[in-house]
Amino acid sequence: MAKILLEMKNITKTFPGVKALDNVNLQVEEGEIHALVGENGAGKSTLMNVLSGIYPYGTYEGDIIYNGQVCKFSTIKDSEKLGIVIIHQELALVPEMTIGENMYLGNECGHRFAINWNKTYSEADKYLKMVGLEESSKIQVKTIGTGKQQLVEIAKALAKQAKLLILDEPTSSLNEEDSRALLDLMLSFKKQGMTMIIITHKLNEVSYVADKITVIRDGTTIETIDNHGKEPVSEERIIKGMVGREITNRFPKRENVPIGDIRMEVNHWTVHHPLYPERKVVDDVSMYVRKGEVVGIYGLMGAGRTELAMSIFGQSYGVNFSGELKLDGKPVKMRKSEADAIRHRIAYVTEDRKGNGLVLSQSIKVNTSLANLNAISSHTVIDSDKEYAVAEDYRKKLSIKTPSVEQLVGNLSGGNQQKVLLAKWMFAEPDILLLDEPTRGIDVGAKYEIYCIINDLAAAGKCVVLISSELPEVLGMSDRIYIMNEARIVGEMKAEDATQESIMQVILRSGRGA
Amino acid sequence: MSQQTKASPDRRQQLSEFLKSGKASAFLQKYTMSIALVVVTIIFASWKGKEGLILLPSNLTGLIAENAYVFVLATGMLLCILTGGNIDLSVGSVVCFTAAVGCTMMAAGANMWVTVLVMLLIGLAIGVFQGFWIAKLRVPAFIATLSGMYAFRGFSNVVLNGYRVDISNDGFLMLFGNGKTSFIPDFIRSANPGLDSVFTKDNAFLTRLIGENFVTKFNVTCMCIGIIAALIFIALRVHKILTQKKLNISQSIPGQIVSMIIIAALVLWVSFKLACYRGFPMVLIWICLVLGIYAYITNKTAIGRHLYAVGGNEKATALSGVKTRNVYWFAYANIGLLAGLAGILTAGRAKGIDPVYGEGYEMDAIAACFIGGASAYGGIGKVSGMIIGAILMGVINKGMIIVGVDANYQKVVKGIVLLVAVMFDVLSKRQKR
Repeated sequence: MAKILLEMKNITKTFPGVKALDNVNLQVEEGEIHALVGENGAGKSTLMNVLSGIYPYGTYEGDIIYNGQVCKFSTIKDSEKLGIVIIHQELALVPEMTIGENMYLGNECGHRFAINWNKTYSEADKYLKMVGLEESSKIQVKTIGTGKQQLVEIAKALAKQAKLLILDEPTSSLNEEDSRALLDLMLSFKKQGMTMIIITHKLNEVSYVADKITVIRDGTTIETIDNHGKEPVSEERIIKGMVGREITNRFPKRENVPIGDIRMEVNHWTVHHPLYPERKVVDDVSMYVRKGEVVGIYGLMGAGRTELAMSIFGQSYGVNFSGELKLDGKPVKMRKSEADAIRHRIAYVTEDRKGNGLVLSQSIKVNTSLANLNAISSHTVIDSDKEYAVAEDYRKKLSIKTPSVEQLVGNLSGGNQQKVLLAKWMFAEPDILLLDEPTRGIDVGAKYEIYCIINDLAAAGKCVVLISSELPEVLGMSDRIYIMNEARIVGEMKAEDATQESIMQVILRSGRGA
Repeated sequence: MSQQTKASPDRRQQLSEFLKSGKASAFLQKYTMSIALVVVTIIFASWKGKEGLILLPSNLTGLIAENAYVFVLATGMLLCILTGGNIDLSVGSVVCFTAAVGCTMMAAGANMWVTVLVMLLIGLAIGVFQGFWIAKLRVPAFIATLSGMYAFRGFSNVVLNGYRVDISNDGFLMLFGNGKTSFIPDFIRSANPGLDSVFTKDNAFLTRLIGENFVTKFNVTCMCIGIIAALIFIALRVHKILTQKKLNISQSIPGQIVSMIIIAALVLWVSFKLACYRGFPMVLIWICLVLGIYAYITNKTAIGRHLYAVGGNEKATALSGVKTRNVYWFAYANIGLLAGLAGILTAGRAKGIDPVYGEGYEMDAIAACFIGGASAYGGIGKVSGMIIGAILMGVINKGMIIVGVDANYQKVVKGIVLLVAVMFDVLSKRQKR
């Protein structure tokens, strides 16, 4: 048995009013990849914050034993000195600065009064090579994509001489291709003897990359599963630990509802990039949705799915639109206005609920009514009783877990925030819902509930366009699937005929120049 | 009896749970500035050698008159700050400019109502103009209003030729000024001459209640206004509590009743104090009108909701179908209008206008908002908080004058108060995480 590099013993961390961690134990062997899984709010990130010294020694109970020594970190610097480096879920890079500047930010090369730029950039280039990036470290971070930015974060960690690397949901904003590359990079680091802890919601990644899996639920360790057996640990097995029950069917069955006429149709829809008008972000797309139908749009990140949805929603993204939008078979001339789209009963539920969806500093009530204030006010004066009743109604319907609808949205977990976002758009009474990654970053239980809501919407005769980069989700939920790649629709399949393989094949074949 | 004994351990448990649950700190956090106001007032009122001076009716009346512009401008400023921490630096100059135009007109014999209308329209026009740059051309608010600050100060000088202009329009001075005439006349007493024989020093009960010095002049109308206002307030609050109960909205009812009693008592106390002096000041009507209207707009109307939403998350608000640029425009047009009103009040109080009037007004307004709990990032802040912030600043100003703090140090103290207030806010928010 290999040496135990890190042991966290009986860690208990209390916030005013809540016990975030309750006697959590974690053992990580040297040279292994250890996955930490659990629902949102289970305490994974808190545990890692304790480990890295963000919550200093003394604010928690229990011991951290690293390399055989009890550690008492009071800042992140202390843990970094020992080689414990954490890469947070949100990228912490300054877009305007160069890759090299970012990598040595707060850790500058040279002496106190003068930075040694030559050394900075040559060292940075060395680490960039190690993570497989060809870019020069002298270019600005904003000029490279998210996938590469994630690699820069890793290179930055390597530059800090990391021995134990903690990755908090490293693939949450990456497409499948980049995710796979990142996981392979982790495996190659493992061969070189690096120890890693990965926090993730994507269970296929866990079984692909992890040696051991520790499941955390409600602030306590449930179990540690060994992934060395002949068969990889099944996803159902992990889910059982996470939610404390077996979810036999990850996608709820839909009632057999008759699918109606075509409600919305776009023909030869073309949109150009707002900053680089010569670039097409949506290229000659034609598609339609029928009443009571769930249409999936699958594509890799950057395929143009969000751009397509947002451009249909009152031209809220892009410039130089061309093509035709038909509602109920009649062409509609829509102005560049979100309000106009809402009037035409279209709703766009964003993929970025914190950035583009919710007002975090306001209550559930205020967020629920925001897109349809007219419905609860007369002569622009809001009827607050009516507003409360509406919010309360949706809280019950969507089982949003909160003591009161006066609760600030910023205090809710990701899954509940997503439900508030859905409530807001359901209250706007749309017929056509464009759902952009509605289950991103939320836990398994909440995902199931969102799927149920989608099914209910379809059963009520609404049109649902489900945009997702998770293949099983698209396959499990849709009646029909459009496949997008490089701004174009490259395939259309009935759900019965589609498989993960056939969809990926369509994408690979469509690649230009391939 | 048995119920009583059962209830008391429950109560105790409830109390300890309340303290543990963090609700106690939430309570402190919510009312920090109100508590600070009480503490500061007590300190000044019990200052050795100056006991109770600050609570004298004449000083209270003065406090209201001197800070009228702060209330009006801070209301406008609050709406701008709500949209995302944007401020308007030009209001001091706009106050001076509108007052300069108005005083020049009246000095030339113009009708006061025409003048008032012109002053408000000039303020609104300036607001619309600056709002155009900010909302449509996306010039940062800080810069657009900084240029307005210079430009309208210059225009004021041009209009005034660099000299002070005095006004003597009696009607204008009565409605907007601070002289002996600028109070609601005591028509109840003048209509009932019999009351004069009640309010005499011989009436032992009233003399003890009101005080020897004030009893003969006691302004019954002012007191009645206060009583009616308190009753209306109580009726509204009871109605609110009842509808909450009907809808099963879980709000702490005892808390609401306590705050209702405190506020009603304060209204009565203030009107009593004012009645002891000259009665209900005209400026207070304008202040109450502005505060009432804007508390309503921010709490109850769609445009108010849009202000908070834009400050909280502009992108999300735009995607909800709100024309966010128009929200900015509204906020800046509005503060222009209120600057016009502040110009009217300033001219009325000073009985004229000097080219340097209004300097620093913008900073007083901004400080009142931030002390009153508005977030420097927008989306958070209430008219009620801003009122507390403005009163706190006013009490500190007045108190320091009364106890004789050197004028230069008064500014230092003001600066420290602002810093400490915002520090409290930041610290209490950090603890939550």
